[in-house]
Amino acid sequence: MSQSQVTHLPVAAGQVGRLSQALMAMVLGVFVIGMVGFSHIDVVHNAAHDVRHSNAFPCH
Amino acid sequence: MGTFRSIVFSSVVAGFIVGLIVTVAQQFGTVPLILKAEVFEKAAEAQQHEAAAAPQTAVAGHDHAAHDHAAHDHADHDHGAGAWEPRDGFERNAYTAAANVLNAIGFALLLAGFFAVRSGATGEGVAWHEGLLWGLAGFAVFTIAPGLGLPPELPGVPAAPLLSRQIWWLAAVLATAAGLALIVFRRSAPAAIAGVILLALPHLIGAPELEHVETNVPSSLSHQFVVAVTVTSLIFWTLLGAATSLAFVRFDVGADRLS
Repeated sequence: MSQSQVTHLPVAAGQVGRLSQALMAMVLGVFVIGMVGFSHIDVVHNAAHDVRHSNAFPCH
Repeated sequence: MGTFRSIVFSSVVAGFIVGLIVTVAQQFGTVPLILKAEVFEKAAEAQQHEAAAAPQTAVAGHDHAAHDHAAHDHADHDHGAGAWEPRDGFERNAYTAAANVLNAIGFALLLAGFFAVRSGATGEGVAWHEGLLWGLAGFAVFTIAPGLGLPPELPGVPAAPLLSRQIWWLAAVLATAAGLALIVFRRSAPAAIAGVILLALPHLIGAPELEHVETNVPSSLSHQFVVAVTVTSLIFWTLLGAATSLAFVRFDVGADRLS
């Protein structure tokens, strides 16, 4: 009985770890997209200008 | 950190490849139209400069700044403000390629994040075919839904204030993603109804738009641009969905699936 508890615990913890790591990666993705497509900094806008228009991100 | 690393590695690989391919596609699709529109944009700016400069010849400094602001109100981004911008030609295209790669990596991180959660739940890797379907979902969420209210716009076409459009764009994306998720993953009638309402909601509210739009960019050019953006985005999303799933399955095998 106690053995099954021991074997279950790491699995549950592992799944939580996988979810939180996936979320972390997705936050990173949102940050990258936000920088390329939505930043109001002029220099960033000018560098990515054609990409913003080509992806129909709101521009100008 | 096995999963995080697998997601990042596969996103970088898929994003790099797809970003470069879509850069080539844009050179044939969207970029020539942007360059054509900029000719009209610059002509309009020059006209505004002349019109605004005429009555102000006596007063310099302060007034000049004021007229600059007025003349650049819609089009003030890359031509006047004095901020750095890449030179036309190779430099501009190099930055476009780099931005495309970064953009693709960003969206691949979102896709691979879903693939990680999904394969963690089912115990099986996400096949390229399922990845392609996720890519189509991305096309619906990030291109079709926001594009209905805010059609892809060319330089030189005035539009509502930027921040209001960005907020509506984000709201449309979130509502569409949530609506599709309810329909696909809940599989119950109430969830489906709620999902459809969410899909429709941003369009019932309506995107911010100007009451009166005056531009000398021909409407036929704008129409061609909508088609070009839609086709290049479709290429982008189907390739990115399939490529990210293929890459993630490969990188995720090495990592312990549950760690």
